[in-house]
Amino acid sequence: MDLLSPIKDHHSERRLFIARVAMTSIIGFLLLSTVIARLVQLQVFDHEVFAAQSQGNRVRIEAVPPIRGLVFDREGRVLAENLPAYQLELIPEQVADIDDTLQRLAALGLIEVDDIAGFKDLSESGPRFKPVTLKLRLSEEEIANFAIQRPRFPGVDFQPRLVRHYPNGKAIAHAVGYVGALSKNDLARLDSSSYAGTAHTGKTGVENSFEPYLHGDVGYRHIVSNALGRQIPTDSRDMADSLPNDESSAPGQNVYLSLDLDLQLLATKALEGRRGAVVAIDPWSGEILAMVSAPSFDPDLFAVGMTTAQYAELQNDLGQPLFNRAIRGAYPPGSTIKPMLALAALDTGATNPMRRSICRGFFMLPNTTHRYRDWKPEGHGEVDLHDAITQSCDVYFYELSGDIGIDNMHTYLDKFGLGQATGIDVSGEHPGVNPSRDWKRAAFTERADQRWFHGETVNNSIGQGYMLTTPLQLANAAAALATRGTRFEPHLVAAVEDAVTGQRTLTAPRRLADVGINDQSYWDTVIGAMHDVMQNVRGTAYATGRGAKYEMAGKSGTAQVFSVAQEDEYDEEEIEERLRDHALFIAFAPVDNPRIAVAVVVENGSSGSRVAAPIARAIMDEHLGYGGDDAP
Amino acid sequence: MSTSVTVAMMRLSETQRLITGKAAPLGDLARAIRRLNIDGPLFVGILLISALGLVVLYSAVGENMRLLVNQVVRLGIALVAMLIMAQLSPDFLRRWTPWGFLGGLVLLVLVLTIGEVSQGARRWLNVGIRFQPSEIMKLAVPMMAAWYLHDRQIPPRFGQLMLIALMIFVPTVLIARQPDLGTALLIAASGIIVIVLAGLPIRLMVVLAVLAIPGALVLWNFMQDYQKQRVLTLLDPDTDPLGAGYNIIQSKIAIGSGGLFGKGWTNGSQAQLEFLPERDTDFIFAVMGEELGLLGVLALIVLYVFVIGRGLYIAIQAPDTYSRLLAGSISLTFFVYVFVNTAMVTGLVPVVGVPLPLVSFGGTSMVTLLAGFGILMSIQSHRKLLPH
Repeated sequence: MDLLSPIKDHHSERRLFIARVAMTSIIGFLLLSTVIARLVQLQVFDHEVFAAQSQGNRVRIEAVPPIRGLVFDREGRVLAENLPAYQLELIPEQVADIDDTLQRLAALGLIEVDDIAGFKDLSESGPRFKPVTLKLRLSEEEIANFAIQRPRFPGVDFQPRLVRHYPNGKAIAHAVGYVGALSKNDLARLDSSSYAGTAHTGKTGVENSFEPYLHGDVGYRHIVSNALGRQIPTDSRDMADSLPNDESSAPGQNVYLSLDLDLQLLATKALEGRRGAVVAIDPWSGEILAMVSAPSFDPDLFAVGMTTAQYAELQNDLGQPLFNRAIRGAYPPGSTIKPMLALAALDTGATNPMRRSICRGFFMLPNTTHRYRDWKPEGHGEVDLHDAITQSCDVYFYELSGDIGIDNMHTYLDKFGLGQATGIDVSGEHPGVNPSRDWKRAAFTERADQRWFHGETVNNSIGQGYMLTTPLQLANAAAALATRGTRFEPHLVAAVEDAVTGQRTLTAPRRLADVGINDQSYWDTVIGAMHDVMQNVRGTAYATGRGAKYEMAGKSGTAQVFSVAQEDEYDEEEIEERLRDHALFIAFAPVDNPRIAVAVVVENGSSGSRVAAPIARAIMDEHLGYGGDDAP
Repeated sequence: MSTSVTVAMMRLSETQRLITGKAAPLGDLARAIRRLNIDGPLFVGILLISALGLVVLYSAVGENMRLLVNQVVRLGIALVAMLIMAQLSPDFLRRWTPWGFLGGLVLLVLVLTIGEVSQGARRWLNVGIRFQPSEIMKLAVPMMAAWYLHDRQIPPRFGQLMLIALMIFVPTVLIARQPDLGTALLIAASGIIVIVLAGLPIRLMVVLAVLAIPGALVLWNFMQDYQKQRVLTLLDPDTDPLGAGYNIIQSKIAIGSGGLFGKGWTNGSQAQLEFLPERDTDFIFAVMGEELGLLGVLALIVLYVFVIGRGLYIAIQAPDTYSRLLAGSISLTFFVYVFVNTAMVTGLVPVVGVPLPLVSFGGTSMVTLLAGFGILMSIQSHRKLLPH
């Protein structure tokens, strides 16, 4: 057996062993050479490739969101600003028991119990070091409360950030609009790279239409970060040496509106408790001095973010506070279009200032029995064109309607911009309807419906029937009356200011085609009659115009509400209130040097002269410097 | 009485000389080292590698002093283990080798039955102290093979080879079943090295190498999915840059971006910003490559080569077959560690969990490693004392 092998040849064994050590050493040397060759390949020949890769690895580009431009009124008063607000944040990796912490925060009333599950999900989904926002804006009381409790909440703290704030939110909500959280739709529409790091965007009003100016330019910051995205402070390491240069963000431009905050507040107050709209325009530039829709809402709710319940409340409010009546509300203009129709009748020769009619309180087309009633059942007696405007005699215009004809009515009302979008610098405008034979043919599909009836012309002559106008259109038409035919595109933004250099770019007034009625005597007749509406004892709005220290012109309108079909669940009182006529009024002043034109619509306000006219007067008083104690 | 007083006085004067020692008592230090059976060159090599390792580790653990102290303590324990082994004569070790091997086998079986499960593997045994029996086998397997060949004429005959193969195979399979493929392969390697050094016929090696190809296919079928994935990603790491290929890609970026001189100690962006996974353990070589560059890495390799060369020198000088084979195996296994880790980190071989010896964070393997060096020192120092 092997065990008994007699002689061990120590010498040959040692030689064999040395040979084997030599052999393995050579193999080892070759293997090690491979590794060294590999190292040389990586560190010498491919060094630059890997150096570039490692650079790309550690440097992350982070967007620096720009500061949104401010919005001011014509006097430089702030309408929209960015306020530092404190938000409550939770850093998941620093919180031992997230569920317990959230429960205790809810017990303090800082968060809603319903939201706990959502916050838990959020804090478990992202990187553990990334803060989760629990509440966007803490009140001072909440900050004070939490400050005391803070030791009990490790990993929860409040952090400052900028939040859009509208100091007079309710008064300017519809004109200025609001910003809201960026949605997927917004990102599809906007350049997403310039919105990296931005959480909000303009949703309505000027905030929306001037978004490109207000937003500013996004900046970039190169930050050194680890594989998990956690930022590493660059100053503590000398790795920052080779970082590319950062690009700071450029703040958005400031926007100056032509709005007068005082007028906004006044109109808001005047419309309190009502549904309606006020639009005031500078007739010689198209600058909108006031634009209010009531009821209104607090735009801060959108900027800060609201609970589902709050949003549902706004959505379901019967008064539709989110609905901008000033540009989207389409109302029958009623008698407010009589001055324009009078001009049409004069210009087409359908009437002359001398022509008189006898008003018995109703009008009948030949060979029919249907009575078109005047608003005054007993009639106005003998009236001329002046009286027909001043007293708002319907019969006079009924009689005239056949002579003017629907297509002329359409043409002249069109020249005043009714039934078409005005081109205002915010979006969402309703075009309204200015009917004609062509319009009816296009609007209806059934052949029987496409025919224009003479009776419809009669109705149209007092702004009823198919005709629909927005308060903005009426205000702009009033402005065209004030300037005797010179028209401008209405606009809210008067100037845009570079926030850094302070350089302002003024919005040039954009002149539209003139109305094109060149005989000044026609204007004298109609404007004189409108003056007497307010400042003649027999005028419909004399009660409103009385005692004014300046000359003003106006026209009342009362439009029938013909449809409440969709509103069938309301109680009796509500239906009754909603069946009342809309009250309208257009006005401008001073008559010989007009500086303001106004349109007021009060839904279900019953009477234009009694409800809408005083609001118009107050606006004009304020603008012309007769406000305050002088106001009626 | 007077003798003891003289001795005490002598000692006192010696101590005084050591403390005040202006005349640099290098001779005394050398004597003390020799008395402790320490091999000076090997010891210096180990200390230099460990020192360089601690410097790199300090950076790799993110300048965490607590972890560094932890590692220093482990190194201390490992050095104590080395000293103890150095005191045990090769004859003593040889006599106890079969018992140690058998005991190790029993412990391996115990691990598979009552071992603690951690991260999907059953590697730990807790009998008063908690340890991995596979660590014992790292030394016990080559010792056993050397023990078997000690009294026999080498080169061994075929039957003897088969028996040694069985001695290697059984613990390897037991460890592979834990599963701990990396350790199993290293233990098999340490045993095979003994056979090769003992004169395994070259022809047989060639035949085995040819047979290894179908063998690899069989092995493939036994591999866990994650192990197969590691092999596949090695072939083309870019196929799975965020998954299995991530380690290799980041490691190559780290080493490559280091260049000739490195980014500077503690300034490696790959390592410090945690792009590099397992930066303080298996991939610490990449940290070194990034921060100290090719020159730093080559310095480490030179130190390794020095230690391995000294180990092989001791093996050649060894007086008997057991010492010779054991010393050779320990030295070359150390080389295998170095090669597998560096080749893995540079993307030459699949990622198998093999730490960089004396540098990677972690204690258990370091104790075994230095215990092995202790055996080398014992072989070297006892040789001189033996009257040959």
